[in-house]
Amino acid sequence: MKDLQIKRRFKNYLPNLVSDILKLICVIIFVFPFYWMFITAFKTYNEAILTPPTLWPRNFTFQSFIDIVNMEISFGRFAFNSVVVTASIIVMQLLIMVPAAYAFAKRKFFGKGLCWSIVLVAFMIPGQVTYIPIYLMMAKARMINSLWPQILPFATNSFGIFMLRQAFKQIPDELVESARLDNASELQIMTRIMLPMAKSSMVTIAMFSFVSHWNAYFWPLVMTNNDKYRPLTMYIEKIKDAEYGLIWNNIMAANVILVVPVLIVFLFASKKIIKAFAYNGMK
Amino acid sequence: MPKTTLAQAQTDLRRRNKIRSTLGSWAMVFPAILFLCVFTLYPMFNLVQISMYRGNAANAYKKYIGLENYRQLLFVRREFLIALKNTAYYTFIHMFLLIALSVIFAVWLQKDRKINNFAQTAFFVPHLVASVSCAFIWSWIFSTDTSGLMNTVLRAFGLPARNWLGSTSTAMNCVIVMNTWKSIGYYALIILSALKAIPAEIYEAARLDSSSTCKTFFKITLPMLSPQLFMLLITITTGSFKVFDSIRIMTNGGPGTSTQVLCMFIYEFAFNRNNSLGMGAAGGVMLMLILILITLFDFKGLEKKVHYQ
Repeated sequence: MKDLQIKRRFKNYLPNLVSDILKLICVIIFVFPFYWMFITAFKTYNEAILTPPTLWPRNFTFQSFIDIVNMEISFGRFAFNSVVVTASIIVMQLLIMVPAAYAFAKRKFFGKGLCWSIVLVAFMIPGQVTYIPIYLMMAKARMINSLWPQILPFATNSFGIFMLRQAFKQIPDELVESARLDNASELQIMTRIMLPMAKSSMVTIAMFSFVSHWNAYFWPLVMTNNDKYRPLTMYIEKIKDAEYGLIWNNIMAANVILVVPVLIVFLFASKKIIKAFAYNGMK
Repeated sequence: MPKTTLAQAQTDLRRRNKIRSTLGSWAMVFPAILFLCVFTLYPMFNLVQISMYRGNAANAYKKYIGLENYRQLLFVRREFLIALKNTAYYTFIHMFLLIALSVIFAVWLQKDRKINNFAQTAFFVPHLVASVSCAFIWSWIFSTDTSGLMNTVLRAFGLPARNWLGSTSTAMNCVIVMNTWKSIGYYALIILSALKAIPAEIYEAARLDSSSTCKTFFKITLPMLSPQLFMLLITITTGSFKVFDSIRIMTNGGPGTSTQVLCMFIYEFAFNRNNSLGMGAAGGVMLMLILILITLFDFKGLEKKVHYQ
């Protein structure tokens, strides 16, 4: 009886078998570069350049991590910069964008149309075009030797305002009206009603900012002249140019350090993140 | 109290409230608008201005030369046109691969099964990882060192090893492969959620009419996906014109000029050469125009053919 059931199940599954095996192969091909990065980070240099390459480190070692932390280019400084830049961007964005999005969604005022069209126009201008004037501006303000050029230009982004406004708009007007009748201040309306109800959009925006600024390479490359103010992404490039040539296990160890925070966040919220990205693409 | 003054007082109060409310709104919007103006709108106009001067990063406005920079870009120097050609090649192939593969993947992973959800997640991961890291991993895979993975695999099958990133014929294709790998999961995801939004009744009707799988796909699935495909077309083309990070790390524009793209051209001329900031800025203005044109063209040309439900 049980045998038969299993047989029937197997028969139902059979047409999927080939496709599923192919799927698994595809997944392995896709994930392999990351696997390669991780295991290389734990190999010794001699093993890392071995032919044919080994699929699992023979001597599992943390030496590459110790090496890059102890290199004369201070690792801590780069990591600190990455954290500070990313965190301040997220905090500033939320502080600036939430009130603006709220006003665009729920208030009527003179000049609203003009302000909104500024947001829309800004939405279309890419950072790859505006960086030359911003560099000159920052140089004039003598801010090149600081972290500001990496933070200030991103203190607002029009896409975030756009998304938040959309989320706030979905909250019924009656809720806001009744809060106003109860003499709630605008700040209270924002923090007690708007934010809790638009929580998932807030998280999404924070996520986007985290991923894009933690991974940023182009902007810091342009805006810094000094290792003191450079983030982790540029640290990896530094290691590449270090005097001994390409030490792949060290480069991969640095990459692991850069990638792991993003992966951890993704691991905890993969469903939410996938949904958020899909939503973003649909709209 | 006479009636008129009461009414007047009321309108007065209302007006005062209105002014206060407007001021409050402005206070809320002001920081955001200020930042957008200073860091996005002003730079756009400023860029056009800079592009009319000869100068460098220390002194951008050394000498006014009008449209000379543009003439240099388009008719005298070859660098810009080469970069433009390479970027167009990159964009075209990248777009084609991405759209075709992501539709295939999305249809393939459409059913709500455990393995499909797992595969979706796995395909998506590269999208979140820094392009710097991805570029490093892949430049090692393509490396000519004895430890380069690609060549090791080729040798294992008895095929000749190649200098992947070091030869003009393959370098750009390697970059395209890497970037396609990186973003396919993201685009497949978007198509997938669009697929799931197609009403089941339509498929049901097609099945009742005993339409073949192939026909159903081309007559129903693709047309129903067209709004999303059209969105992707714009995102991918504009995104591809901005490619920089991965190329800078994998090939740095070489060998020769075979992977020199627009953003690299702008960066090079703006900061790494003498007195050519204006030319870099002119390149930036051209890039901006191209992006706007692509968006407009896509909207105008394709809007008619797109099926909105």
